[in-house]
Amino acid sequence: MRRPARALRDDGTAGPPLDLRPIRKAGLRGLITILKERWDRPVFLALASVSLIALGLILFFIFREAAPILRETGLSGFFGTHWNPTGSPASYGALPMIAGSALVTVAALVLAIPLGFAAAAFIAEVAPRWMKDVAKSILELLAGVPSVIYGFFGLMIVAPAFQRAFGLSTGRTALTASVILGIMALPTIASLAEDALTAVPNSYREASMALGASRWQTIRRVTFPAAFSGLIGAAILGMGRAVGETMAVLMVAGNAPQITASLLRPVRTLTSAIALEMGETAMGSTHYHALFALGVVLLIIALVTNGLAEWFRGRLARKHGR
Amino acid sequence: MVTQDGATVTARSIDATRDWLERNLHSTSIIETERFGFFYGREQALREVSLGIPIDGVTAIMGPSGCGKSTLLRAFNRMNELYPNTRAEGTIRFLGQDLLKADPVAVRRHIGMVFQRPNPFPKSIFDNIAYGPRVHGIRHRAHLAELVEESLRRAALWDEVKDHLKKSALSLSGGQQQRLGIARALAVRPTVLLMDEPCSALDPKATDRIETTTRELAQELTVVIVTHNLQQAGRISDHVAVLLAGGVLAEFGSTRTVFASPFSEQVADYLSGRFG
Ligand SMILES: Nc1ncnc2c1ncn2[C@@H]1O[C@H](COP(=O)(O)OP(=O)(O)O)[C@@H](O)[C@H]1O
Ligand SMILES: [Mg+2]
Repeated sequence: MRRPARALRDDGTAGPPLDLRPIRKAGLRGLITILKERWDRPVFLALASVSLIALGLILFFIFREAAPILRETGLSGFFGTHWNPTGSPASYGALPMIAGSALVTVAALVLAIPLGFAAAAFIAEVAPRWMKDVAKSILELLAGVPSVIYGFFGLMIVAPAFQRAFGLSTGRTALTASVILGIMALPTIASLAEDALTAVPNSYREASMALGASRWQTIRRVTFPAAFSGLIGAAILGMGRAVGETMAVLMVAGNAPQITASLLRPVRTLTSAIALEMGETAMGSTHYHALFALGVVLLIIALVTNGLAEWFRGRLARKHGR
Repeated sequence: MVTQDGATVTARSIDATRDWLERNLHSTSIIETERFGFFYGREQALREVSLGIPIDGVTAIMGPSGCGKSTLLRAFNRMNELYPNTRAEGTIRFLGQDLLKADPVAVRRHIGMVFQRPNPFPKSIFDNIAYGPRVHGIRHRAHLAELVEESLRRAALWDEVKDHLKKSALSLSGGQQQRLGIARALAVRPTVLLMDEPCSALDPKATDRIETTTRELAQELTVVIVTHNLQQAGRISDHVAVLLAGGVLAEFGSTRTVFASPFSEQVADYLSGRFG
């Protein structure tokens, strides 16, 4: 029979019945024991602090470099409708880039959300085991392709095709950027949506099928509504992917800083403005500060989308958390 | 019932169905299996099961755990085949038609099911019950409301929930959720109701209510219930099928006869609680 070691006091002394004090040995050997058993905490703590400090520094630096724009153009100047930093007089209105980013992102999502949800439904609900594995590795592969390759593909294939199809002077348009961004956001949306669908308990599907619902009716009326929060989270993270993408957009969007609702015209996005122009500005100039202010706008969008996505995905986890 | 929007749910009475059975098939068995076998991959869960489920009364399927009770029950509404790599052999006839060659969706409209664990949808009480009728094309609000009330009454849940049909079904107690499951199945007016150990997650009081409800329902439709509770089978069933390890049907007959004088020694042992 096993006796609980050191656990119960039977000597009748006062004090807690369970001895929970850590085992300590004296001297160097004690220290080595402690290091051997407890090395993980300080190491993880150090790693976590390094990344936190790095994040803090980045935020601090960007905000510091962006702040002077308030003095130099004012908030209304920065949210103006014209961006022409090299003209005279120069103007630093960010709205064309904000509008450009919004246009290509919305159009990319219009493409990527239905396709991504459909792919997720196929993988999670319909496909047999082996096809599931194949489809998931294809998604991983798509997610792993460097963005410059997508840009290259857009430049060489999609842009000329649209130029011919719509009779345009250039194929580098918001539409081309949206298509490329849509393809790039697709793996994010599809795999996160697939997670959300897989988290729906099987008992819901069984109950639905047993009532004579078809597989499709079950997906539409039970599985999708039950996974709703997670699907929204997937869409938002896909949006974050589209807003933040730089290289591919820069290559295919045409980069004209204009406010337009037409997908067939070139636009400049927040990311491509920063990437294009940062190299040609003098450090400390108004243009330089304006570009950092664009960075702040991007950061805020990123923080809000990530926060929202986490909230929605957490809601799903709580709903089925059993 | 034919509704204004043209959608229908079955409403043939049990008497009409019995008449039809006797006149056309000279039988009173609503479901008949013949040398029915079932495989999960290589593993055989049922072996040459031949029996006829009488249209009247409650039929209990009993046996030690893992002997294939659920598999047999789920064969009747073609739910087994939702698992990958399954195979059936032999035949099952439902009202004379080959069940294994029928459209599974059509089969499930006429043969409803209540599960072992309560599994309401994360929707309102109303939407849970209205789910089946809606899936079958009934849109008209008044008809849905009518079906919801009728089903909840038949499942003895109406009085408890009539004032908060909009509340989430997940807020109900376990026993209420299980009666909601019964109501949900009744809302498409099935001819047969399958119940897979519906009380195994419930306390004695909730169990009692389900048993009473089940007895009442058996006046209007055919009930097949899986249970490994001898007392429960004794209380509520008129006929009993006993399966033994390996998915072999060891005994089938009226509950009284089987309980009083079983054919096989193994069944006698099982019924006296010596194993299983
Ligand atoms: N989905 C499944 N996949 C593989 N084997 C299964 C599955 N369901 C049941 N089985 C097997 O079939 C046999 C009968 O199971 P089941 O019908 O659930 O028994 P019971 O309901 O009598 O406890 C068991 O041996 C079980 O392991
Ligand atoms: Mg079972």
